[in-house]
Amino acid sequence: MIQNLEPILAKHPLFADLEPEYLALIVGCTKNVRFKEGEFLLREGKQADTFYLIREGKATVDIYASNLGAITVHTVDAGEVLGWSWLISPYRWHFDAQALTPIRALAIDGKCIRDKCENNKALGYELMKRFTQIIVQRLQATQLQLLDVYRVH
Amino acid sequence: MQTVDPMLPVQYRIKNKVNENQDTFTFELLPLDPEGNFRFLPGQFNMLYLFGMGEVAISISGDSERALPIVHTIRAVGTVTKAMQNLQAGDLIGVRGPFGSSWPIESAKGKDVLVIVGGIGLAPLRPVLYYLMAHREDYGQVSLLYGARTPEDQIFMSEYQEWSKKLDVYTTVDRVDRTKNNWQGQVGVVTNLIAKAKFDANNSIAMICGPEIMMRFVGLKLKDHGMKFEDIFISMERNMKCAIGFCGHCQLAGTFICKNGPVYTYQEMQKYLELREV
Amino acid sequence: MQNQAIIIQTEHFQQLIDNLILQGYQTFAPTIKDNTVIYDEITKVDEMPIGCIDEQEGGFYRLKKHSEKTFFSYTVAANSWKKYLHPPKIKLWQITKKSNQEMQFVSENKFSGKLAFIGVRSCELNAILIQDRIFLKDKFVDPIYAERRKDLFILAVNCARAVNTCFCVSMNTGPKAESNFDLALTEIATEKEHKFLVEIGTEKGKAILENIPYKEASLEDQELAQNITEHTINQMGRKLDTNNLAEIISHSYENASWDEVASRCLTCANCTMVCPTCFCTSVQDTTDLTGEIAERWRNWDSCFTLDFSYIHGGSVRSSTKSRYRQWMTHKLSSWMEQFDTLGCVGCGRCISWCPVGIDITEQAKIIRQEDQRKKL
Repeated sequence: MIQNLEPILAKHPLFADLEPEYLALIVGCTKNVRFKEGEFLLREGKQADTFYLIREGKATVDIYASNLGAITVHTVDAGEVLGWSWLISPYRWHFDAQALTPIRALAIDGKCIRDKCENNKALGYELMKRFTQIIVQRLQATQLQLLDVYRVH
Repeated sequence: MQTVDPMLPVQYRIKNKVNENQDTFTFELLPLDPEGNFRFLPGQFNMLYLFGMGEVAISISGDSERALPIVHTIRAVGTVTKAMQNLQAGDLIGVRGPFGSSWPIESAKGKDVLVIVGGIGLAPLRPVLYYLMAHREDYGQVSLLYGARTPEDQIFMSEYQEWSKKLDVYTTVDRVDRTKNNWQGQVGVVTNLIAKAKFDANNSIAMICGPEIMMRFVGLKLKDHGMKFEDIFISMERNMKCAIGFCGHCQLAGTFICKNGPVYTYQEMQKYLELREV
Repeated sequence: MQNQAIIIQTEHFQQLIDNLILQGYQTFAPTIKDNTVIYDEITKVDEMPIGCIDEQEGGFYRLKKHSEKTFFSYTVAANSWKKYLHPPKIKLWQITKKSNQEMQFVSENKFSGKLAFIGVRSCELNAILIQDRIFLKDKFVDPIYAERRKDLFILAVNCARAVNTCFCVSMNTGPKAESNFDLALTEIATEKEHKFLVEIGTEKGKAILENIPYKEASLEDQELAQNITEHTINQMGRKLDTNNLAEIISHSYENASWDEVASRCLTCANCTMVCPTCFCTSVQDTTDLTGEIAERWRNWDSCFTLDFSYIHGGSVRSSTKSRYRQWMTHKLSSWMEQFDTLGCVGCGRCISWCPVGIDITEQAKIIRQEDQRKKL
């Protein structure tokens, strides 16, 4: 099964140009998973150990408020990465993520990778470079969302 | 104040009304009965009745060591509170209370205290601030962390300077419209202020009040800083009709917010904060 | 200590009712309305469902003619006794605005009557005790309930049969009334005889027997009564395993069965209306057209309504699933934390009167099974 996942990972933009030996390390922490519509992939406040590469389907990233229900702040599509708090202390999810449609994804054991990065700083740097890209993009988008530019002035 | 029939309001007259911002106002109430008296603990609330319209549960926002006047800071969000916004000094209001549990001002003695509030959440904690300041020597480091939507939305601004003399006051807003305000202070979420406050996580009590999302994030952030959930206190809110534990509306699982709350430890509420539609 | 047990002839039952009325009681008993047994005010025995027998199942109720002219062969009525102690709609107070704008409050709660319930089943008696705990023995006392409960006369009836929806045995609330009644009767109807074995619970109960001829119940009579109870115990239609139930339900909030039951539940609130322990109310503040007079009313409310849990912005429990879950979790779990008992007495009304026949015993079983499955 590992043999099948390596080419998939290699093709993913997140791992583009990653040294084969590092890719092999990550593949060792990867498996195929499925989620039914409505199932939670991440829960706010819980330990952030597994992150996902969505292969098929869509997930919403939500915050829940008692009187307003679940507010979606972001969606993650096929081809995109869900979850980066596994890499950043305190390794805790800050939002819920729920499958909007049935999802097929690669679940990657972030804790396993964190441990490997402790022993292999170069791997850590490669992953940091890639994830900070995603995080910065998300941050800039969020700041624009915050402006509420469409509101009536 | 004990009423014989707990569903019967007592009449109070508005002695003074202050507009805090465009949708928030503060009343000072005095009883019609000259012998009338009122005592409350910080964190408790009254049911305020507007003739013919209805009642709302509003936290008491004044000094708990002064019997009168009763002080309420109200945000106009619904029919009754919007109608109350039109009242003036001299008008009458019905009061039932005080009800509910209170902030842990006694058990916080000898510890550092973090008062972390968002928006109108500062009002239910102002009685705590007054108490802490009046008994300052009984507490360690005391910090107020206050997050508002915009600089114009802040309340009790005239008091900040006074408070800064006895507490560390940190404020932040979510956004600033520079055509309206030349705010020189912090912009960002209130959780960012936690890193600035001075407190010993092993010997602190935190009291948090604000929208539920804000209380969750602040609670989790405090945990990251080393605090325990049993030392973090929050104020919960649910639909309230009778305030005396009979109508059933304010139930949150096995607890009645009017009777057992609204103040709870984060530990007691943790399970329910993680669930939806409870 | 055993209660004194006596035998009364059925023809003297009217005298019992008359004695109560003479003593100033308003007498309530089972009656028939729209082919259903309903508790209502009566003065005459023939207003009661004599010679009737009921059949109940999920979403199903039928009242049929019985082969014998028994007084109490049917089981629980469609409604419960709570409407008399905890009125469905009542004015709390009224205010008039005086000329100086000051408000003159008039508190309305002056109930000066005495109520007598004739034909209270053991499950229903336990429901009254459960409501006593809520309204009389907690932080506040409800004066409306207290006034009506104070002089309440209870004539309990020990069921001679159970229907499919009964599960009082599981809830330890019947079928025999053990205490907290003024009189408790078991109807003995055989080929040879038709009479009532009456246990005297209080002095008040004994006083109502004045000028009614009775004799001490023989050992045989007492054995007959016991057999009747045994028969009813064995006839229970349903079971609910209460072992550690409150705990199990309290960590089953995310159980898939809630979604399943939500697909059937109509949130019609029937269950809360017929349930003898459900107590939720709402408060309405009104004013008349002149704006000079305002009133506050209290009325029954149900956690199944959308606005029950409304706070600014929206309702906390907006989905059907969350509302059904709230009701059942409260009844079989949270109630324990609040009042030290479960909130269900096993009367089965919620099952009979649910239009789609949702069965609380079935749902509890599913949750228990799921909990056990998770433990494995």
